Amino acid sequence: MINLLNIGLAALIVGLACWTIVARQPFAAVVGFIAYGLLLTLVWVQLYGIDVALTEAAIGGGLTGALLIGAAARLRGTDAAAAAERPGAPARWLAAGVSAAVTGALAIGVLSLPDPAPTLAHAVAANITSTGVGNPITAVLLSFRAMDTLLEAIVLLFALIGVWSLTPDHFWGGRPGLPQQADSNGILAFAARLLPPIGIVAGIYIFWVGADHPGGKFQGATILASMWLLTMMAGLTDAPPISRTWLRVWLVAGPLVFISIGFVGVVTAGAFLGYPDGLAKPLIVVIELALLPSLAVILGLLLSGPPQRKAQP
Amino acid sequence: MPEFLLGAALFILVMVAVGLVRILRGPADADRMMAAQLLGTGGIAAVLLLGAATGVDATIDVALTLALLAAFASFAFVRAGSAPTVNKTAAEDGA
Amino acid sequence: MNFALDLWTLIAVAAGAVFFLAGTTGLLRFPDTFTRLHALTKADNLGLGLVMLGLLPQVDSVVAGLKLLCIWLLVLLSGATASQLIARHTRQSESG
Repeated sequence: MINLLNIGLAALIVGLACWTIVARQPFAAVVGFIAYGLLLTLVWVQLYGIDVALTEAAIGGGLTGALLIGAAARLRGTDAAAAAERPGAPARWLAAGVSAAVTGALAIGVLSLPDPAPTLAHAVAANITSTGVGNPITAVLLSFRAMDTLLEAIVLLFALIGVWSLTPDHFWGGRPGLPQQADSNGILAFAARLLPPIGIVAGIYIFWVGADHPGGKFQGATILASMWLLTMMAGLTDAPPISRTWLRVWLVAGPLVFISIGFVGVVTAGAFLGYPDGLAKPLIVVIELALLPSLAVILGLLLSGPPQRKAQP
Repeated sequence: MPEFLLGAALFILVMVAVGLVRILRGPADADRMMAAQLLGTGGIAAVLLLGAATGVDATIDVALTLALLAAFASFAFVRAGSAPTVNKTAAEDGA
Repeated sequence: MNFALDLWTLIAVAAGAVFFLAGTTGLLRFPDTFTRLHALTKADNLGLGLVMLGLLPQVDSVVAGLKLLCIWLLVLLSGATASQLIARHTRQSESG
């Protein structure tokens, strides 16, 4: 039965992916992509990668879906121009050929792995008590490979700066997005008043439980960001102007705390991002607590886009 | 019992797949929004059933995350699909 | 006792699956956006609700059961809101 389920899932995913590529209308393709993210979540659950399933559900299904919806909405008037620029048949055959070649190379690579596949899980399990956390994913992300997590947070910050660089000059320092002409007594406003408190509790819960069970700051930050975006969508709050100092402090606070703990580790433990004995768990908690609000604000601003109006005084 | 729960999950997945046809056919954006809503609910049910079948308790957290984010995505979808005036201003000012 | 709980799970999950079937069939076969919305909400409310009720005996702790209930209430709320929004949008685009 479980093999039948897995084969069915795989076939469904491949079929849906093909359809998403072939779909003519952007909105249809975006819904196909969201469905694809949802099915990938099921795949990760089947592979017992619950942390990855959480991240796929949050980022792949929710945030990226909303990002693509916004993009498809902006592209609405450009159907004629896009049709005029459609690439010819040779270019499309070339693209198909390259994609098939990459898929074939990946398949050969995965299928020719030695059995059992090389894994560091035993090394992680042997050393996990030194980190003080129970979830091996969290131990890897925030202790053994903390450098990668730091770089990932900084990359997100750079992506936000990249999005801001698309601002027209006369709107610099303004508020992202367009003003929402929302009915503050309407249905969406009702949902945006009821849902965020629950979402905030759920986001902090998923962040906190990441120490010993699947979860963590990234998934928690995504949930918090989506609740903030919901209130902005309903017109209950407005996007902050990007020139505000407090906003910029909030954005860099997380990575700065992370980097400073890294430099402290040079002095106390002999390596950048090394943790002294016995202090690993508190330091990890401090890093996560600092990164959570920064990541949430970064993700929320990434989805809001570049400023499109002046900041009102 | 686990076999039955897996079978139920497979059945609901098949329903989700059949519901995807509505995305294929749906002439209006509203049909696609509805199909997305069905996918979200079906996906949550499938995740819960898979979690109960395999005994991994943390999958309930996955379903909770899915519920919140699917709500957010469907609101974003409906909002984007039904606010044409907002986007006209974007086309004038932005690119 | 265990047998009774398992029987309850079987019946409830099977009933929930039937409602998913009904919702999907309605989504495909009904002629109009509004009627399709009606079918869709049946899958949301009753399908997921029955599945959740059926899974309640299978979870390990009270907290997990409360989480299941919370998930169902969240889906109810978001489904109701989304359906209202879709219906208004369709009505406006039909009459406007």
